[in-house]
Amino acid sequence: MNANTLSHEFPNGLVLLAEPMDWLQSAAFTFLTPAGCVHDPSDRGGLAEFACEMTLRGAGSRDNRRLVLDLDNLGVERSESVSDAHACFGGVTLAENLFPALAVYADILRRPHLPVEHLEMVRQIMLQEIQAVEDEPAQKLSLELRRRYYPSPWGRPSQGDRESVESTSIDDIRAFFEARYHAGGTILGVAGRFDWERLKENVGILLGDWGPGHNAPIEPTETAPTASHVNHASQQTQIGIAYPSVPYRDDRYFEAWGAVGVLSGGMSARLFTEVRERRGLCYSIHAACHSLRDMGAVFCQAATSADRAQETLEVTLGELVRLAQGVEQHEIDRLKARIKSALIMQQESSAARSSTVARDWYHLGRVRTLDEVSERVDKLDCRSINAYLEACPPRDFIVVTVGPQPLEMPHGVS
Amino acid sequence: MEFRSHKLENGLEVVAEVNPAAYSSAVGFFVETGSRDETTEVAGVSHFLEHMVFKGTSTRSADDVNREFDELGAHYNACTSEENTVFYAAMLPEYQAAIVALLGDILRPSLRREDFDMEKKVILEEISMYEDMPPFGADDKCRAAFFGNHPLGRSVLGTVESITNLTVDAMRDYFGRNYVPDKVVLVATGRVDFDALVEVASHACGNWPAVAVRRDAPPFEPVEQFLVVEKPMAAQQYAIALSAAPAAESRDRYAAKMLATILGDDLGSRLYWELVDPGLAEHASIAHCEFQGAGAMMTYLCCDPEDIDDNLRRVEEVFYRAEQEGVTVEELRQAKNKVRSRAVLSSERPRGRLFMVGTDWLARREYLSIAEELDLLEAITLDEINAVLRMFPLSRNTTMTIGPRKNVLPPKR
Repeated sequence: MNANTLSHEFPNGLVLLAEPMDWLQSAAFTFLTPAGCVHDPSDRGGLAEFACEMTLRGAGSRDNRRLVLDLDNLGVERSESVSDAHACFGGVTLAENLFPALAVYADILRRPHLPVEHLEMVRQIMLQEIQAVEDEPAQKLSLELRRRYYPSPWGRPSQGDRESVESTSIDDIRAFFEARYHAGGTILGVAGRFDWERLKENVGILLGDWGPGHNAPIEPTETAPTASHVNHASQQTQIGIAYPSVPYRDDRYFEAWGAVGVLSGGMSARLFTEVRERRGLCYSIHAACHSLRDMGAVFCQAATSADRAQETLEVTLGELVRLAQGVEQHEIDRLKARIKSALIMQQESSAARSSTVARDWYHLGRVRTLDEVSERVDKLDCRSINAYLEACPPRDFIVVTVGPQPLEMPHGVS
Repeated sequence: MEFRSHKLENGLEVVAEVNPAAYSSAVGFFVETGSRDETTEVAGVSHFLEHMVFKGTSTRSADDVNREFDELGAHYNACTSEENTVFYAAMLPEYQAAIVALLGDILRPSLRREDFDMEKKVILEEISMYEDMPPFGADDKCRAAFFGNHPLGRSVLGTVESITNLTVDAMRDYFGRNYVPDKVVLVATGRVDFDALVEVASHACGNWPAVAVRRDAPPFEPVEQFLVVEKPMAAQQYAIALSAAPAAESRDRYAAKMLATILGDDLGSRLYWELVDPGLAEHASIAHCEFQGAGAMMTYLCCDPEDIDDNLRRVEEVFYRAEQEGVTVEELRQAKNKVRSRAVLSSERPRGRLFMVGTDWLARREYLSIAEELDLLEAITLDEINAVLRMFPLSRNTTMTIGPRKNVLPPKR
């Protein structure tokens, strides 16, 4: 497997990471800029996302239309998102277009026009996105579960709420941009076909003189308690369960990940088998590890008809509690086989690798190579996972439901 | 990159795009059966059957099937459309033989009554899930209206009623008529050992009895109408418009895809600038859908309920202007650059290539390498696109809107 990730830290704090994948025709890049939604002022939820959208409305020598046209002509498949910590700008294109594409992104990050005449248009897009969540019950639940589990501001949805988006001004956006878009804390991950020396030189020219900025630690804020049930006129009830886990940077993360894999990795995993296959209670059910830098969780979601929701909740919780009794080696062997093939398949995706190397740096301050991950996975066995489960059994469950009526919470569940 | 093909004695075809440099491989059994092959009484049976295929065979229980796929580290799934049902897996090359043998075995499912009854509950939950997501219902209803009595008007999922009333005997009968060698193609891409693939396929599928079957592909008369479906629980208003377009067999399909990119790509298209960029709609796009003997352009719009009347007028205006004035050289260049990049990117993974190679083969018994496909795309001219616009005007469509609005005015120029 590919073993070396190249890295370079510029004096202004920008970190460039690059993983050569010469067998591909593509190159992908991921910018993580420290402009995530934890920096939203409490009465300006959605500001980070608003600012991110506005940076794309013309930058450098390009107006809004030219910018989209140029990226289209460069064949860049792009995506933007805002997480708790970052505004993320990702793209993948043919290898020969990598440098021109990065030049466009240098303008977006450093010289956006943030044009006041686009403010209302972007506001309308933000408001529609908030409204559209009402038609996506699973997404609505996922936002509510996260809000209820993580302390504020980490649990807040990046899209904000109607009231705060309506009151956001161009000055708010410009101030946010000035404070949060800078080289210090920005990570650029690149993967695919490229020449390292030329890449380093190009990025240096584009971003080497970007101001370092300032990153202060985030303090938790007080928020009103959230509800465990959200009324929704749907046929199905969406059930969300969260419980504490270790973050990605913790030494035991692989054991935590392995334990969740026994619940929900592949179709022979416990939740799919017990809830769907044996009882036919639902179509979709899954659980996964979720990690912020210093906090981790397991989030589990299922959807089922309202009249079968109580049983689904009880069976699912039963499986989560049963996990503490331990896993068996054959379950781990299957999981490892799936992980191994997934790791090898990652080498066929420059986009997946560019994003992984950037996120690794944020969480760990270094990059785990695929070889290292593979070796760590080899070491997983039922003994190591059961030791983890003994120390950190699934408990302190937080449940949220979205649907026509609330469910009865079993003892010990909030 | 090398293309290989072989036909078993019973008629089952094996085709592969072999790429010795790939890290992984992908295989899929493409079964030429989907909702268009159903009748009203068994609506949804193809999709239900897709689920039942994983429920075990004479030698394997459902648990065995799931467990064995996972033991082999396979990333596997299945999907059903109007045209096809596909069972596929992405995997490491060393597991090719075991996975193809497993897929081949599950394609002779036991269809046990108790499994059928249990899985029926899951299918009904799947229907409920989509019911709670308003645009999904609109898609089905609009297709039914547009295609009228043509088989392509049928719903893939079926209805609560058709699924509830479906019997296991009806499913067995449907299986016997459709999962036959003539209608199945085994497709593989990536690092494939082709000779070994044929050997496993002969062993796993060589004894399937050959049955002569022909798909009914009648000509269709597209219906033009405007329909409003009130869905009070919906927060947004959705609209879907379907108009006729080149079919899967037509060379014009490339021009049609380019046209859809120019007018309705997610980013940088005419609809994007007209509706999405100014914040008038959350989403607006056009896609070209190709079927055996028929094609459709599908326009999709999602916006605030209050804005639907104005937005439908704007969409209509985009159609009208394109039909009157055609598209420009600059737009065509931009679309070609985008489409070229996408084709290359999606072909980097064997699992991405699998569906391209498989659907080409099923529709036309044709193999095109990525290079050949790029050449065809590059050669498209403005005249060809404008000819498609003349032959298949987008403004002659069935439009359906679904959402909280009770009344919506049909757009008029």
